[in-house]
This record gives sequence, structure tokens and C-alpha cells, in this order.
Amino acid sequence: MTTRRPSPYPYWFVLPAAVIFTVLFLVPTVASFWFSLTRWDLINTEFIGLDNYRQFFKEPFLVQGLTNTVIYAVLTSGSKTVIGLLLAVLLTSGLRGQGFLRSVVFFPVLVSTIGVGITFSVLMHPTKGLINLGLAEIGLPKVGWLTEASLALYSIAFVDLWKGVGLATLIYIAGLAAISPDYYEAARIDGATRLQRFWRVTVPLVRPATVTVVTLSLIGGLRSFDLIWAMTRGGPGFSSDVLASVIYKQYQAGFYGLSTAGNVILFLLIALIILPLTWWFNRREVDL
Amino acid sequence: MTKPIHSTALAAAIALLGGLAHAETTLSLLIDNNPETIAFAEALTAAYTAANPDVTFDIEQRTGGAEGDNIVKTRLATGEMADVFNYNSGSLFQALNPATTLADLSALPNQANVLDSFKTVVTSPDGVVRGVPFGAAMGGGIFYNKKLYEELGLSVPKTWEEFMANNAKIKEAGKVPVAQTYKDTWTSQLFVLADYFNVQAEVPDFAAEYTANKAKYATTPAAMQGFNHLEEVYKAGYLNEDFGAATFDDGMRMVSSGEAAHYPMLTFAIANVKQNYPDNLGDLGFFAQPGASADKNGLTVWMPAGLYVPAASPNLEEAKKFVDWVATVDACNLMIGAAGASGPYLIKGCELPADVPPAVADMLPYFQAEGRTAPALEFLSPVKGPALEQITVEVGSGIRPAAEAAALYDQDVEKQAKQLGLPNW
Repeated sequence: MTTRRPSPYPYWFVLPAAVIFTVLFLVPTVASFWFSLTRWDLINTEFIGLDNYRQFFKEPFLVQGLTNTVIYAVLTSGSKTVIGLLLAVLLTSGLRGQGFLRSVVFFPVLVSTIGVGITFSVLMHPTKGLINLGLAEIGLPKVGWLTEASLALYSIAFVDLWKGVGLATLIYIAGLAAISPDYYEAARIDGATRLQRFWRVTVPLVRPATVTVVTLSLIGGLRSFDLIWAMTRGGPGFSSDVLASVIYKQYQAGFYGLSTAGNVILFLLIALIILPLTWWFNRREVDL
Repeated sequence: MTKPIHSTALAAAIALLGGLAHAETTLSLLIDNNPETIAFAEALTAAYTAANPDVTFDIEQRTGGAEGDNIVKTRLATGEMADVFNYNSGSLFQALNPATTLADLSALPNQANVLDSFKTVVTSPDGVVRGVPFGAAMGGGIFYNKKLYEELGLSVPKTWEEFMANNAKIKEAGKVPVAQTYKDTWTSQLFVLADYFNVQAEVPDFAAEYTANKAKYATTPAAMQGFNHLEEVYKAGYLNEDFGAATFDDGMRMVSSGEAAHYPMLTFAIANVKQNYPDNLGDLGFFAQPGASADKNGLTVWMPAGLYVPAASPNLEEAKKFVDWVATVDACNLMIGAAGASGPYLIKGCELPADVPPAVADMLPYFQAEGRTAPALEFLSPVKGPALEQITVEVGSGIRPAAEAAALYDQDVEKQAKQLGLPNW
């Protein structure tokens, strides 16, 4: 492992990618650290030190935004992982119409998030929405899915699950296909039940897929914005605000330096959560 | 975003082809997508092109509210703004950094027609007028359904107590007393913003003290009333059942059709009823937001939006000529013809026709008497917190008590003042 074969390709092959990466990623990232320290109206900048960070942490809606971000990320990521795995197992079990059902599960992934958001906010309308009309039909009370402060975030998380679970399922189907049938055969000969085969063979051996699903959906959940914005704009009030929507509102108000500071904080937060997580996952993989 | 490039290319092509004949110009025009604005823009540009065949227009629409602010600010800052655009006057105009981004329009010959009250709200901090009025002045108050008032034998309230007493009777009759539409969050601010006439009637120097970081909403009882009112109508159960999900359009439908008795709103919304529910226009009435005492009853007034020319426009001279023409009495009459008379225009000699809709007729007397109007706070102070609409949704939905909300808004205002770099903050 210590001696590395010299690459047959010259180093300048990396140049096109490096240029694109530098111009579109490195430069803006470094620039954003600078702009986060200024009062910025897109034309003039005035250096104000750490005032933006001080202001951002004083933001009264920030604490709720942060809590909501974590709740939302954990909830959507967790449910996508569990339901995605179960659906993948179901859809690889040789069910009739399996191909059709796979497309059905995957279809919402292809639809525009904004479109999904608008559709569901119509369905969840408190008096005219199909969901509440259905509930009323069977004698249940109307629910303010998006207008009740304590419910709005969970309603959006549910829609996020509906929309995103197809991708998790797809990754899991690929992961399941990579498990050699020999393991199942051996387990069956040893007299393992279906449940035991699932827990002892499937779950440990799809770990690479699990790592991918958890990492992707957690990052997606932490920086989620479009669905929330399309459905509630962080409302009612601030009850479904997440970090990204708090940042966006600062940008809307023309507080560009402040919103850049918020983005730096979001960047650090994601890094702080994801880096140890992937490190932990990778270590476990070696132990196996 | 490809539009400006496209129009530049087009202009270049036209210049190449027609260079020897006479110069042709295509002015790009960015307007908000309110039906009234669109009607104004279409009528004005058609008439201008008819008189000046070498000038044509490329009209682009944008959304309103906070998203619209975003579009205007970003396009101005990145140099991609249309040659002419409409935008709010007052504090929102000040937030555009007008002294650097907008062209000086003070030397336009027709500025002589513009009333001074408008000029002050489109003057940048360096004392230069940078806009012309585009549309009518508005009142902020309460629309009511005249038919319903007649049926229930109610009269227009002069105090908040009378207003609440009317609401009680309306509820008894099985109608919705107050329509609220918090899906469009901006509509939730009206009870607070339209109460400003009553605030300044009690505390005449509030605007100055507020700008100087001395007066606060939470500690000025008169200023607190707007927040209290929002809380009261919610607690009394006077709102429509779907207030959290209803839109501005729903609000105007409810109040004009008699589904609801009241809807707090700006009078520009009369054009919405005229377009969408023309049969109900005759039932739509309007009164100023009532305050504590009947002798101090008056209307909070919003100045019309302005038309502006970005300093970086490639067609600066043509754009200025067009904007100058918009400030004429002729252009003003065209606007009245296009969208109807929703309020007084701020051009000298531009008179409203006699047959205005009832809601406008209800509003005009406030303007005719001395001391019965006051400009909204956003025209007197550059300080306006961006989160007011979320905070008022919270109060109006019972999520946060009024007193706490006012204190929260004071914090929001402080942030804005600091970000603008205002003195004393």
C-alpha cells in the first residue's frame, strides 16, 4: 500500500477540472468568508469585523431555525433510510408488477420540488384541501396541516419523504443486488428465519448503501430550502423556518453581508455533522 | 437573465441595420405583476409608441412583495436592470441605495407637474429627485361590504370599539366579521401599518423619535395598538376559518361578495375587484382604520410607486424622455382610463372622473379635509424591519402575544437600521 504506481497520465490532465473547481467553487467560498465580515450592498463593502456573526447569533428566530433544521434533517433522513430499505427489500422480492411499482416509487423524484410543494399545499388547504375533505368524509376533524404552527414542519417533512424516498430505494436496490445470494443460501441452510436473514445478512451487507443514503439525505435535509419555501415560506410566523430560509430572508431584505455570514455558519454546521459521521461510518466498514 | 443580453444584441442589430435611417430604440420596462400596474404599462407604452414610432417597448413582469424587492435589488446591483422600472417609494426606495444606482430625474421638465408630497418620497439622501409617480395614492384601511352593513343596519365605525361592536353583530348573523389572508404574509401587516394615523394623532413626533432610536413600538402604547388589534380579532374568533391558507385574492373576493364583512387592505385592491369581481364593485366600501377616539379619525396614506431609470441604463436619454412624459396630465389621464380611478393622482391638473367606484368615493373625503390624512410610517422613516409580516402573522394566528411581538419587532428594526448603517443605532 505504501508504494504507489506512477500514474500513466501527466498532471496537467487535471487542469480543466481544477480551473472549473477554482473559479466556481474555491474563489466564491473564500470570497464569502471575506464578505461575511462586511456590510455589503452588492456594490460597496464596509469592513465591520464579526458584527454580522454577532447579529446572526442574536437573531431571535435563529435558535428555532437551528432546532427545526436538525429535527427536519434527522426526521427526513431517518425515515428515508428505514422506509427506503424496506421498500427496496419488497421491490427485490420478486413481487408481481415489480418493475411498475419501482417506477411508481421513483416517479416523485423526477418531479420539480416547487411543483410538488405547490400541489401539496393545495391538497393540505385547511378547508378546501382534498386531505381534509377526505378526513371530513369519514367523520374526522379538519387539521391545519400547514397553518398550525406545531404541525407545519412535520407536514413538510412528510412531503419530503414522499418525494425523496424513491432515490433512497433506488440506492438500496443497487446495494441489495450486490449481495451475493450465497449468504442467503448459507443462512437458510443454518435454519435462519426471514427476519433473521434480514437483520443478520441484509442489514450488515447493505452498509455501503446505507452510508450513501444517510449522508446524502442528511446533507439534503440540513440545507433543505426549496420545498419549505414553496409550501410555507417558513411560516406560519417562524414555525417552520430552517437555517436556509432564515438566511434567505436576510438576503431578501438586502442584508447581503449578514446572509453570507449565515451561509458560512451553515457550511460549518454541515461540515461539523457530516465529517465525523462519514469518518465513523468508514471506520466501522474497516472493522467489519 | 438572458433578456438584457438579448435586448442589447437586438439593439445592436437594429443600430447596424437602421443606422443610416433614424435611430430606433427598444426600451425595456420591468413592472410588478399587479393587474393595475400591467394595465398602466400597456396603455402608456402603446400611446408613447404611437406618438414616437421609433421607440418600442419590451415589458417584463416580476412578482411583488419580498421576492420582488429581491429581484429589483439584485438586478440593479448587477447592472442588469431594465431601462425603466417601477418600485415603491419611501423606505423601500431608500433601500435601493438610490444615490448611486438611479439616474437623476430632477431636471425633467414635467417634474413641475408633480406634487411636492411625492417628490419628497423619491428623493435620495443627497437631495436629488430620482422618480416620477406611477399610479394613484392609496389609503390603508378597512374594506367593508356595504350590502351586509345595510342588511344588518350597521353604520361605519369611527372608533375601534364601534368596529368591534359591529363585528359582534356580524358574527351573530352568521357571517365572517374580518377576513384575513396569511398565506400572502404581507397582507397581515395592515392592522399595524394602517394604524399609523392614530399613532401620530397621539404621539406627533413618533416618526422622528423612532428614526433616532428613541421611540419603540413596545414602549409606546399608541403604537402598540395595531398589534393589540390583530390579537383581539383573532381571540374573538372573528376570522374566516381558513385565514392561515387564504390569499389576498380570497380576501378581496370575500369582502366584495359579502362572505366577509371587513378586510383590512390598501385601496389599490379596488382594481383587483374591478377586474375579477366587477359585479361586486358596487358593494365594496372603505373606511379608515378606527382608533381610540372619534374626533381623531383619519386615513393613513401610501404614496404611489415611482418609475425610475437606473443610472447604468444604456438608453438613458430615451428612458428619461419616456419617464418625463409619464409625468404629464395626458399620461395621467391614460392611467385613469386604463385601470380606473382608485385614488388621487399626484400630478397637478389630473382630475378624477365623477363616476368613481363607491370605495374610492368613500376615500376621497379624507383627502379633501385638512388634517384627516397622514403618510404611513414608511414614508417618514427609512427604518422598517423586514420580519414584520411574519411577526404579524404570529400575532394574528395566536402564536405570539401582542406585547412580545412588538418587542420582537423592535429588535428586527434595530437589525435593519444597523445593516443600513444609520446614525444613532
